[in-house]
Amino acid sequence: MEQTLAIALEHAQREGARHIHQLTMRVGALSGVVPDALQFAFDVLTQGTIAEGARLTIESVPIVARCARCDREFEAEDLLGACPRCGETATELRQGRELELASLEVS
Amino acid sequence: MCEHCGCGLPGEAHEHAGHDHHDHDHPHDHPHPHAEPHPGPSGSERRTVVVQEGILAKNDRLAERNRGYFLAKGVFVLNLLSSPGSGKTSLIERMAADLGQRLRLGVVVGDLATDNDARRLQAAGVPAIQITTGTVCHLDAEMVAGAISRLPLEQLNLLVIENVGNLVCPAAFDLGEGLRVVLMSVTEGEDKPLKYPTIFRDAGVVLLTKTDIAQAAGFDRDTALRNIRRAAPGATILEVSARTGQGMQAWYEALDAARAGHASARPS
Repeated sequence: MEQTLAIALEHAQREGARHIHQLTMRVGALSGVVPDALQFAFDVLTQGTIAEGARLTIESVPIVARCARCDREFEAEDLLGACPRCGETATELRQGRELELASLEVS
Repeated sequence: MCEHCGCGLPGEAHEHAGHDHHDHDHPHDHPHPHAEPHPGPSGSERRTVVVQEGILAKNDRLAERNRGYFLAKGVFVLNLLSSPGSGKTSLIERMAADLGQRLRLGVVVGDLATDNDARRLQAAGVPAIQITTGTVCHLDAEMVAGAISRLPLEQLNLLVIENVGNLVCPAAFDLGEGLRVVLMSVTEGEDKPLKYPTIFRDAGVVLLTKTDIAQAAGFDRDTALRNIRRAAPGATILEVSARTGQGMQAWYEALDAARAGHASARPS
């Protein structure tokens, strides 16, 4: 969260913004991030900064894997998911590890 | 940062670039003439700034820098990850004793509060540097870069990084290692790989440790191996006991194979 806030403050400063009202993060289901913990850390860390009181919006990014046998992509519930068509477990992760600051709303 | 468990709160060991608080008056470069009002909360428009920056992008860059440095120095680097108490330090002690004749080994130890592990290793004659992370529950590439400047890297063949005991956060931080090793002891639940699949997924080697006490622990070997294989389909799985030495030879052979692959990637 500290790195997120550092990136946010850097961008806000570059924009000449005085306040950050909202941060939108994209969080993959496999990023290891717990949204509640993120919110808690955010509330603590933003105190005394221009992001104090800002809203944290978290966009969840689902897991998408590609089956090595069917060569098709599918959405999986967890890392252990096999291909729903053929049951192949050798899958390549295409999406789900994201952890990024997508945008800010500033003034 | 600790995105994962909210533990990276103020008072920790990190350095914070860009964390200066500009809440005092000071002269600054004005992108606008002074006749204009400062953009501010009163009457200024809310606007959206697109950032799209990966939170771990900086760490990934620093990890690649570490990786290049290690390659240039001819040092093979292990990143050891596990829960607290899975036997990381004991494994390193055993490796130092067994491999000391043919490999020059150095260690970087991450720990929340104490330097007990580093002292244990130093007592065994291994150059060991401690990183005390405070409230941060993982090592990152920057901390490792700082620590290795205090080790005689030219004299080493193998650098073992003992990460903070934690199966969640360290998974996300590349340190620049050549091989990622996840340890799981027979005293932990057989379903651990299913509970923490992210950390197992990226493991090159999974070491099932403390096999000498498997029977006393009522350990279900078949279930554990099946779960590890499921969570870490690409990993080499080895069963070892640092206490008795059982299985250690197979681990050293896997380590030698990984080192050989690494050395061939070195520019001549």
